Formats: sequence, C-alpha cells, structure tokens
Amino acid sequence: MSYVLIFLALLMAGLVWWLIKQTINLQPWTASANTEAVRSDGIRSVTRNVPLPRTKVALGVFLAVVTSLFALFVSAYAIRMEYGDWRPMPEPTLLWVNTGILILSSVFLQMAWNAAKAGNLKTVRFGIAGGGALAVGFIIGQVLAWFQLTATGYSISANPANAFFYMITAVHALHMAGGLIALGRTVKRVYGAEEAIPKIQLGVELCAVYWHYLLAIWVILFGFMLNT
Amino acid sequence: MSDVTHDALDYVPPLEVEEEELYHAKTWLGKYVFCQDAKVIAIQYSLTAIGIGVVALVLSLLMRLQLGFPHEFSIIDPSNYLQFVTMHGMIMVIYLLTALFLGGFGNYLIPLMVGARDMVFPYVNMISYWVYLVAVLVLVASFFVPGGATGAGWTLYPPQAISPGTPGIDGGIILMLVSLALFIIGFTMGGLNYVVTVLQARTRGMSLMRMPLTIWGIFMATVLALLAFPALFVSAIMMLLDKLIGTSFFMPAMISLGEQTSFDGGSPILFQHLFWFFGHPEVYIVALPAFGIVSDVLSVHARKAIFGYRMMVWAIVAIGALSFIVWAHHMYVSGMNPYFGFFFATTTLIIAVPTAIKVYNWVLTLWRGNIKLTVPMIFAIGFIFTFINGGITGLFLGNVTIDLPLSDTYFVIAHFHMVMAVSPVLVVFAAIYHWYPKITGKFMDDTLGQWHFWLTFLGSYAIYLPMHYLGFEGIPRRYFAYGETDFMSASAADLNAAITIAAFVVAFGQLFFFWNLFISYFRGKEAGGNPWEATTLEWQTPHTPPRHGNFDDLPLVYRWAYDYSVPGVEQDYVPQNVSPAEAENLGKGGGEQPT
Ligand code: HEM
Ligand SMILES: [Cu+2]
Repeated sequence: MSYVLIFLALLMAGLVWWLIKQTINLQPWTASANTEAVRSDGIRSVTRNVPLPRTKVALGVFLAVVTSLFALFVSAYAIRMEYGDWRPMPEPTLLWVNTGILILSSVFLQMAWNAAKAGNLKTVRFGIAGGGALAVGFIIGQVLAWFQLTATGYSISANPANAFFYMITAVHALHMAGGLIALGRTVKRVYGAEEAIPKIQLGVELCAVYWHYLLAIWVILFGFMLNT
Repeated sequence: MSDVTHDALDYVPPLEVEEEELYHAKTWLGKYVFCQDAKVIAIQYSLTAIGIGVVALVLSLLMRLQLGFPHEFSIIDPSNYLQFVTMHGMIMVIYLLTALFLGGFGNYLIPLMVGARDMVFPYVNMISYWVYLVAVLVLVASFFVPGGATGAGWTLYPPQAISPGTPGIDGGIILMLVSLALFIIGFTMGGLNYVVTVLQARTRGMSLMRMPLTIWGIFMATVLALLAFPALFVSAIMMLLDKLIGTSFFMPAMISLGEQTSFDGGSPILFQHLFWFFGHPEVYIVALPAFGIVSDVLSVHARKAIFGYRMMVWAIVAIGALSFIVWAHHMYVSGMNPYFGFFFATTTLIIAVPTAIKVYNWVLTLWRGNIKLTVPMIFAIGFIFTFINGGITGLFLGNVTIDLPLSDTYFVIAHFHMVMAVSPVLVVFAAIYHWYPKITGKFMDDTLGQWHFWLTFLGSYAIYLPMHYLGFEGIPRRYFAYGETDFMSASAADLNAAITIAAFVVAFGQLFFFWNLFISYFRGKEAGGNPWEATTLEWQTPHTPPRHGNFDDLPLVYRWAYDYSVPGVEQDYVPQNVSPAEAENLGKGGGEQPT
C-alpha cells in the first residue's frame, strides 16, 4: 500500500496547500461591495491569470482518479509479490515494440498539439490521425502479446505474476480505448474545421495530455514488470 | 461587530456575467426521463436511493424479528440471515447514503448554492444517474439468481465470499461485484461534475471562503470518493477474476469440502487492505456532507452565524486528508504487526481532533442563538447527540487493546450505527424538511414531522443503546441465533426482543415521513421563495421551485453565507447577493424584500 500512500500523501498535501493558500488570510465574514476584488472563478492558469477551461480541470481530476486506480494496482502487485508462489514471467519482445509504438503515438499527438498552437491545421490533422492509428496499433500489439503468452503456457490463472500482467495491461488498454473514443471525436471535429479555432486547440491539447499520461503509466507499469 | 467593512457608495451594479449555452431538451423523453437538468437528476437519484433504502430497512426488520423472537417467527433461515445482513449493510452505506448525499443533495444543491445554471457537464451527469440505476437493478437482480444474494457480509471478505458454505457464491457475489463496479463508474462521472462545478463554475464573488459549508462538505466528500472508490473497484475486479477464471489474488491454498482447491498462495489480507482503504474514507464520504448540511441547518434555524467558519472548513479538509491513513483500524484482529496497530491507533485518535472541533462549533453556534425549533432544526440537534454518542465509542474502538475483545460484537454494531447510520440519516431528514419548500414550493407538515422525529430519535436510542451492553457481554454480530451459551445472561434475550420492538416503532415512524412527503406535495402550506429567511443563493431564485437555468441573471455574491443578525441591519438576515449598500435598507419598511 505504500505506493498509494505516497501518491495520496502528495495529492493531499497539494490539495491542502492549495486550499490553505486560498483561505488563510481571508476574513470570510466581511462583506465587500466589489465582487471583482474576490478571485472567485476557480483554478487559474499560471501564466495567464484566467480561469482554466472546465474540460481541462476535469481532465486533471480524472487523471488523479486514474492515478489512484493504477497506484492501487501497483500496490497490490507489490504486496502480492512478497508471497512465496510468485514466479516472474518473461516479457515478450513484442512488448518493447508496443512501447515504441506508444511513444511514437505520443510524439504524433505532441506534434498535433504544437501545430494547433501554431494554427497549422494540416499538421494537426496529420498528427492526430497518425497518433490515433498508432494507438490502435498499440492495443492490437498488446492483444497479440497476450496470445503469445497464452500460447507458451503462461495463462492467466497459472501464476499471480501472469494474472497481474493480464489484468493490468487490460485495464491500461481499456483506458487507451476510452481515450480513442474522445480522440475520434476530436479527429472528426478537426477534419470538419476550417481553421484551428480555440475549441480545436483545446481538444487536441487534452488528447495529447491524456496520451502522454497513459504513456507515462505504461512505462512505469512496464518497468515494474521488467524488474520483477 | 458593527464595522461591516464596506463603503455605501462603493456599490457595483450587477454586471453581465458571461452566459453559456444551456441545454434545452427537445423531446418529452429528454425533458422528463433522460433529463440533463441537475435538479431533475437529483430527484431521480434521491427517489431511487430512498426506494432501495426502504428495501434495506425491510431486510433489517426481518433480521430483527429473527433475533428478537427466534422461536415465534420462522420467516428466514440462517442463509437468508447472512444474505440480508450483507445486502442491508451494502445498500445502506453505498446505494442509499452515498448516492443520496452526493447524487441527490450534491446535484440539487451545488449549482444552486454556488450560483451556477447547471452542472458543468450535464450530459455526463445524466449518464451518471442511469449507470447508477443499472447498478441498483443488478444488485436487486442478485436476490433472484440461483443461490440467491451473497451472504459474505458487506465487507465481502475472501476466501469465504467465494467459497462453499457461504450463501450466494455464484450469481450472488458476481452480480454484487458487477453492481459495485458499475456504481463506481457512474459515481465517477457524477463526481467529476461536482468537483469541477465547485471549482470552476461559481458565480462572481462566490470565493471558496464564501461557500456554504454544505458545499464544502459535499465537495470534500466527492474528492474522497473519487480517490477511494478505485480501491473498491480494484478489489472487485480482482475478486471477480478469482471467482471467474481461477486466479489466486486473494484466495489462499485451502481445502474446501474435503478437497484441495485449485487456488494457491493468495492473500486475504491484501483484500482487507484494499477494502478498508476504501472502507474508511467511505465513512467520511457519508459523514462530511452530513457535517456540512447540519452546519447550515443549525445556523439558519438558530439565526446565528456558524461558529468558527474557517475552522469548520479546515476541519473538513483535515478530516478528508487524514481519513486515508487510518484504514487499518478495521484490521486490528487480522494479526498485524503491533507497531502497525500502534500507528493506526494514533492516527485514528488524531482524526478525532478536527471532528471534536466541529462538534464544539455546532454547540457554540446554538449558544445564545435565537433557536427556532422547526422540524429540520430538531433533526439537526438530534444529530449532535447521536454523533457525539457514536463518536465517543469510536475513540474506544480505535485503541487496539479495547478493540480486540469488542471486535465483531454488538458493540461495534452499536458504534457504527450511531455514527454512520442514525446520524447521517437524521441529517438526511433535516435536509429534506429544510429544502422541501424549495424543491416543491410547499412546507412539510409540522405535526407529522414532530412525530417522525421523536419516534425516530428515541426509537433509535432504544435500538442501539442496549446493543452496547450486548456487546460488552461478548455477543457476536452476524449470528442467526444464539442458542444456549454460558456467557449470555438471561436478560439478553429479553433485551433483543425489546430492541426488535423498538426497530418496528422506528420503521412505523417512517410512515409519518413518507405520508408527509406525499401529502405535502398536494396539500402543503405554500412556502414562498425563502420561508426560513436564509441567506444562501438557492433561496434567492426568482422562481420556486427553481426553473431550468436556476436564475434569471446570475447572482452576484457580496458576502459569506452566514450573515444572520448583522449589527446595523434591521432585518435579521442578509442574503449573499445583497450588496452592502442595499443591506442598509433591508427591513426598513421601504426597502424591497428579496423573495
Ligand atoms: C432502523 C434502522 C436499522 C436497523 C433496525 C438496522 C439493523 C441492523 C441489523 C440487525 C444488522 C445485523 C447485525 C448482525 O447480525 O451482525 C445490521 C447490520 C448493518 N447495518 Fe443496519 N440497521 C438499520 C439502519 C442502518 C443504516 C441507516 C445503515 C447505514 C450506514 C446501516 C448499516 C449497517 C451495516 C454496514 C451493517 C453491517 C452489515 C454486515 O455485518 O455485513 N444500518 N443492521
Ligand atoms: Cu474506519
């Protein structure tokens, strides 16, 4: 459970710090005539002092939830590993290939994000569609890896190491698939658009952030599996 | 404090607030069934939760009949008893209280109280309800599958949850786990809405420190739920895999019915960690909204500012943060390392500090207030009693040495019913009596309400106070019948009979409530827009019940939610959207009364 604890301690420390900062020097009981003096429109961006878009904040909150989920999986993994019957499983080379594909996919989306900021719609289209296709490739690759492993006798119920592998990769792939739905909608919007309006920029940005995040999670999970 | 800091000339006229497109339903279905208005979703959530809660209540009555009169009635058999215990506990904690406080009150109150037109993602919000409904239906279906509902106890501990000898180890447990997973998915959709609405959609002037405590409570509870429910989700998935494909996450090597099972090496303790990592914050998921609501109800009906508002906010935040590091106090009997137990006992006692601060502040809010003993108010005051009661037994159970003999006895049952069953339910009632006039435009009947309160309050004490004593005798929980034992005194059986009668009285008392809820809708006294003369924004809407979009122009907030009996202002309350200049005229006859 130490992994979850560390994660939560950081998160809670952040939350408490933020709330204290927001609330410490105020005298809430005083009325003021000037509503503008009260910074009241939510979390603001650091660089420009404007409220962050709601979808962006929502993505942030959602990523915290997902992090909690994976931290718990990893904690359970670490605890279960201590028991005597744990036999590490081999990592098929295919997983390295998949990791490469996922990195590439992230790179494509980063490219799209940069292009969106620059207003270059053509590159946005290319990046986002390419990134999506690569992500589909990643999921297919993961499924192939499963088949390889089962074929060589590493079935899910044979050993807890295998069980964790199948379960965690499946949950990760499901998050990827969920992301693809959002991505698909953005792709549609991007292809329908005439120019890179803010709405499109935001959509591309959110997709890119989510992709990087899932990549980071995957790298951590993969590293964990390699080391055990 | 006569120096209400303002300058009368400093008046800022209401500004145009940036308008967003508001969703408008085009079809009948979209308007009344798949509605995206948070207020309608709130009602849907509430009715569903209360409906399934009644099922859980009936289950508890059947259990009580068995316990009180083991020879006279033979309605249920031992398996049924276990199934009913499980379903009762799970429904009450998750499908009733969590759903009602967050899905019900959260949806209704957050947009109105922070001055928003709706939740930020109405569509996702709507889906959230329907997923919840499916979760409830799956749960109910588990009663009817072969083998019946699961009887593993609401904690669902493996290995017994999926081993022969426990009722419902096939369809029952599978549907339970699926239903929980669905609930969590649905909740996460709603929870994102609640958090982001509080963070990003507050109206102008509504700073964090001007939010009513109700919102603080619901907000923090949502944060806890978003982070804690994944633990339940993870354990549900892993147990499903153990059950369905024979993995050994939780299942140790064991011999069942004389045969070696195929499981090997799994860790039941791992499940306990995961479960209670969710389970303890869950207590606060239910308690924090109750804390918030009760603060507001007390303040309004005592015509006094809440005592120590900032302290109340920080206490909510502190409790929320601490609640993640106390979980293993539910596992003292699991054979843990003594130092581990010491650590968790310490954190558990530390969390009592912010909790006690809250209790002091409620009492100090009442101190020399102009207390109006309305029905919501007496429920809120009743809460203070039951919560102190349950909280104090909690301090005892938090100590390892005291918990060891009391664990799994009726003392524990008495403790947690006091602190997380009776107390939050009293707040639910307070809240319903308090906000019903806003939701329907009618008052609920006072006499019926008084009957309801006294039957519920005194009846609950009659049920749970004696249980502490049963616990001291060592009478274990989750038992169908006790038979002849040496350690049970002869009077225990009589006590059990008395408790059962009290339980029926309490259940009977709820009929007053349901009748009241129903009849007031048609015959209730007209309430007007702000019957309790409260300051918060939901009472300042131009229409009652509030229409789609809540406000005409979004309100501007000039003050916190607790300006009652402000010196220098004649009217004894100043709504949040009244500017300092306008406030001076309030109550001076000529001044316009906000309605
Ligand atoms: C009139 C109201 C209620 C009555 C008469 C009642 C009665 C009971 C009884 C007889 C048991 C089983 C004790 C045992 O054999 O171990 C029980 C368990 C339980 N109740 Fe209640 N209850 C009521 C309300 C509630 C509420 C509102 C909650 C919400 C938190 C709640 C939560 C639980 C839980 C979590 C359990 C433990 C289930 C388990 O052991 O797995 N109860 N209750
Ligand atoms: Cu606890």
